[in-house]
Amino acid sequence: MNRRAQYIAFRAILVKEVLRFTRIWIQTILPPMITTALYFLIFGRLIGSQIGDVHGFPYMEYIVPGLILMTVITNSYANVVSSFYGAKFQHNIEEMLVAPVPNYLIMLGFIGGGLARGVAVGVAVTGVALFFTPIPLHSLWIAISVLMLTSILFSLAGLINAIYAKSFDDISVIPTFVLTPLTYLGGVFYTVAMLPPFWQRISLANPILYMVNAFRYGLLGVSDVNLAAAYMAIVGFIAGLFGFALYLLNRGHGIRS
Amino acid sequence: MLPALSLHNLVKVYKNGITALHGIDLEVAQGDFFALLGPNGAGKSTTIGIASSLVNKTSGTVQVFGHDIDTDLAAAKACIGLVPQEFNFNVFEPVVEILVNQAGYYGVPRRLAFERAERYLNQLGLWERRHDQARMLSGGMKRRLMIARALVHEPRLLILDEPTAGVDIEIRHSMWHFLAEINAAGTTIILTTHYLEEAEQLCRNIAIIDHGRIVENTSMRQLLNRLDAQTLVLDLLHPLAASPDLPGFATRRIDDHTLEVEVTRDANINTLFAALSAQDMVVSSLRNKTNRLEELFVRLVGNKGNAT
Repeated sequence: MNRRAQYIAFRAILVKEVLRFTRIWIQTILPPMITTALYFLIFGRLIGSQIGDVHGFPYMEYIVPGLILMTVITNSYANVVSSFYGAKFQHNIEEMLVAPVPNYLIMLGFIGGGLARGVAVGVAVTGVALFFTPIPLHSLWIAISVLMLTSILFSLAGLINAIYAKSFDDISVIPTFVLTPLTYLGGVFYTVAMLPPFWQRISLANPILYMVNAFRYGLLGVSDVNLAAAYMAIVGFIAGLFGFALYLLNRGHGIRS
Repeated sequence: MLPALSLHNLVKVYKNGITALHGIDLEVAQGDFFALLGPNGAGKSTTIGIASSLVNKTSGTVQVFGHDIDTDLAAAKACIGLVPQEFNFNVFEPVVEILVNQAGYYGVPRRLAFERAERYLNQLGLWERRHDQARMLSGGMKRRLMIARALVHEPRLLILDEPTAGVDIEIRHSMWHFLAEINAAGTTIILTTHYLEEAEQLCRNIAIIDHGRIVENTSMRQLLNRLDAQTLVLDLLHPLAASPDLPGFATRRIDDHTLEVEVTRDANINTLFAALSAQDMVVSSLRNKTNRLEELFVRLVGNKGNAT
């Protein structure tokens, strides 16, 4: 396949993935907007008004970056894990496997779909947040780059989950028992400075803490972690997961007998 | 001329230890209409799966128009169009999108993909349903959709794994006609089917696989010539009291108006009719008791209950 043909193949997968989640926007875009509105209403307005400022920002404003990124994480992951596993389950993944499209392009197509949904939902949730509170912008580039890299990372994680999954149960186990706890404990609703020293040290082992704080730095200019360490962690995870997912696809794990 | 498909010493051992293919050798010439038959579980789908990259081989070599799948997989894949046994499209996607996306995976530009989608959907009678989700189609339409999808990148080798399963007779015949046209235009076709009449009518060459081994690989004509005898069923115009004595032919009276006659290879039908006429017996219609290929097939693989 020459470069032009590869580009056409990549675009075909990407367009298919984007059409898939936009066609069912009531299931994919709307729910996170409603959930986030409820978070702002309950945690931000009702409970947050009792908490006071955090790092010099009203509580409602402080939790905005974390809530946006939490939505991006769950939606990027959910998009790829459900789409790829659905393609395995219905066997339509074979449409790509019989074609000369290289495995890395199949991966990029699915990751592109996860990224598109992550960004779309992130923008939608940001719009909801603006109804409740102004959102400062400390560094547009840091905010955009962290959001996109995080979306790519969790799209890759969702892809690996889908490659291994043998049933629909298998695609809900990781989000329920791993992703959700790590996200909630990743400093979305609090600063680690609020924790006892022991739990502060434990929290630093949570990769999501780095992403949430890096994104928070992009919007608010405050962070619990070193920004360079956050970027290194995200990029390192992306490189590792990309290599691992490509290895699995090249071996045909879960998709070829 | 390079063969369209060449398998050499192909072995497949599944993870559960089952050996599906015991080192098979097979060549399909360019332009051929080739039947790959065998009982259920014989290894047909495994062979097709390996050729089309859906199944990893254990050992052996596979070449598609000279492209080795170990060293030139993308070129080999580009030559093949696959119609699998099971429906394997996204049932929630519109018909035309399924074709356009598939063409895209082969690097076919979108505008050209739409043109081809229109052509093949028209030829297969699906153009009117192009905006419907695939789940809304009938079983026969879904089969035709898979054929259109396999052709949209215009492959040189079309592999059909039981393409007419569950399709009514009228549509099956129209599909035969379509496939014969595609083959006449130069596309090599490999067919597996439950309907041996289909293989007999369409295919020029045939391989029979059983327990992961090729037990027969010859031309359809040569194979059919091996049939020692065939049984004809005659419908008679006038009632028959007893089995008639026809010199050189074994006969069996089925009922008043039906007679079975065994015609051996060294006999001929003219002699039979001469003998019938001599006894004033008038034949209103004539048919083979069973499909000729089916008789041979059962003989070659043993009667295990399932044809192909």
